[in-house]
Amino acid sequence: MNTLLTALPLSYFSEFPQKFYESFIEKNRYKYIVTGLENTLLITVFAVLVGIVLGTLVALIRVSHQNNPKKLRVLNAIASIYLTVIRGTPMVVQLLIMWYIVFQSINVDPIFAAILAFGINSGAYVAEVIRSGIQSVDKGQVEAGRSLGLSQRDTMVKIVFPQALKNVLPAIGNEFIALLKETSVAGYIAIQDLTKGGDTIRSNTYDPYTSLMTVALIYLLIVMGLTALLGKLERRLHKSDNR
Amino acid sequence: MITVKNLQKTFHTMNGDLAVLKGIDQTIAKGEKVVVVGPSGSGKSTFLRCLNLLEQPTGGEIWFEGTQINRPDCNINLLRRKMGMVFQHFNLFPHLTVLSNITLAPVTLKLKTQEEAVNQAMQLLKRIGLADKAKAYPAQLSGGQKQRIAIVRALAMNPDVMLFDEPTSALDPEMVGEVLGVMKELAADGMTMVVVTHEMGFAREVANRVLFMDDGRVLEEAGPKEFFEHPKNERLKDFLSKVL
Repeated sequence: MNTLLTALPLSYFSEFPQKFYESFIEKNRYKYIVTGLENTLLITVFAVLVGIVLGTLVALIRVSHQNNPKKLRVLNAIASIYLTVIRGTPMVVQLLIMWYIVFQSINVDPIFAAILAFGINSGAYVAEVIRSGIQSVDKGQVEAGRSLGLSQRDTMVKIVFPQALKNVLPAIGNEFIALLKETSVAGYIAIQDLTKGGDTIRSNTYDPYTSLMTVALIYLLIVMGLTALLGKLERRLHKSDNR
Repeated sequence: MITVKNLQKTFHTMNGDLAVLKGIDQTIAKGEKVVVVGPSGSGKSTFLRCLNLLEQPTGGEIWFEGTQINRPDCNINLLRRKMGMVFQHFNLFPHLTVLSNITLAPVTLKLKTQEEAVNQAMQLLKRIGLADKAKAYPAQLSGGQKQRIAIVRALAMNPDVMLFDEPTSALDPEMVGEVLGVMKELAADGMTMVVVTHEMGFAREVANRVLFMDDGRVLEEAGPKEFFEHPKNERLKDFLSKVL
């Protein structure tokens, strides 16, 4: 508490209007925040999409292989390596590899590279979440579906998947919230994301409080909004549980 | 209608192989009601589940309506449309309403339009007195109601034969009657039925033939009167003395 008080001089509060002006109004510095927020949201939204598609695909491969070990042996091996490598190395390193090695000689927007890197990373975590969700659905559900003559695919799409999704929605939500915050390392490959924007203002104004606290607040507000949204969706999906 | 020749099923477990069915020969005629009884672990459920290939037999042949079904070239999904199954634990789809539970398969398989399927489902629900539950979810129903709806869900596919796997074993005693009532009605309508159950009263009243299974074999089969009043096999006598 004492260190915090010395770190934040009380005079800051009386000077706040001035600081605010310097951080955001002067030289149109608010644009760093606006552009940064745009980029952060852009990367997050598209990385989430990549993550869902990739994660679902990998989960389906893993589950069908587990149900019948003779099927999809090669694909399962690839999926297995993917999960190990992605979950075993830091996100920042993956991002740097994507930009400086994979796209070394190909001219693309760094934001595209970031979407790919974050999406591939998220996919690995989503895959495990969805796999656990599919396996949490009672075996009797599949048997009931198949005994009615539904194909394996129809049973998966109409019976297992909706129930699995309901079970894993909180975990998936957490994953997306984590992904949003993780994009704050995008500055490593010179993307002007929200964090980088705030940091730029800090270095220009020599006032760390206003800029960084604002950035933190914006992340917090987005996460709180997402949490509320997920809660709503979850309640809707659990409609069938009411007695 | 169903012919089973030397049916065998061995489960490969971590503790070695477990032979559950050791050669079963049976013929079930159209319209026949066959009740299978026996102690736990005797293989009666496995036998039933082999009939619609929920368990893949490891030996022998199963013939259904003139085709051998336990061959790789047999379309297992087409076959199962003609064989309804009712499970011990109902296995209703909890995320769907009662109505959607019943219409899901006919509509998904494009056997009926949504409207036709709904009409048929409502008719079936009326027959079992649960039309007012059409919009309810399974979690809102009692066990007996769930099982009656599971029966109706299987009937919505217009099957030629119905398989019942201990349909009343998971029910409160006071709900057994309503489920057996629906099954008796079905039997009276001429449905071919294979029922695995512990309800001896039902076997006596409805069955054309009762099978006693133990240790993967059918040890005795007879009409219900003969079966319950003059059992020949020692193991069956012992079993009946405990359950009757």
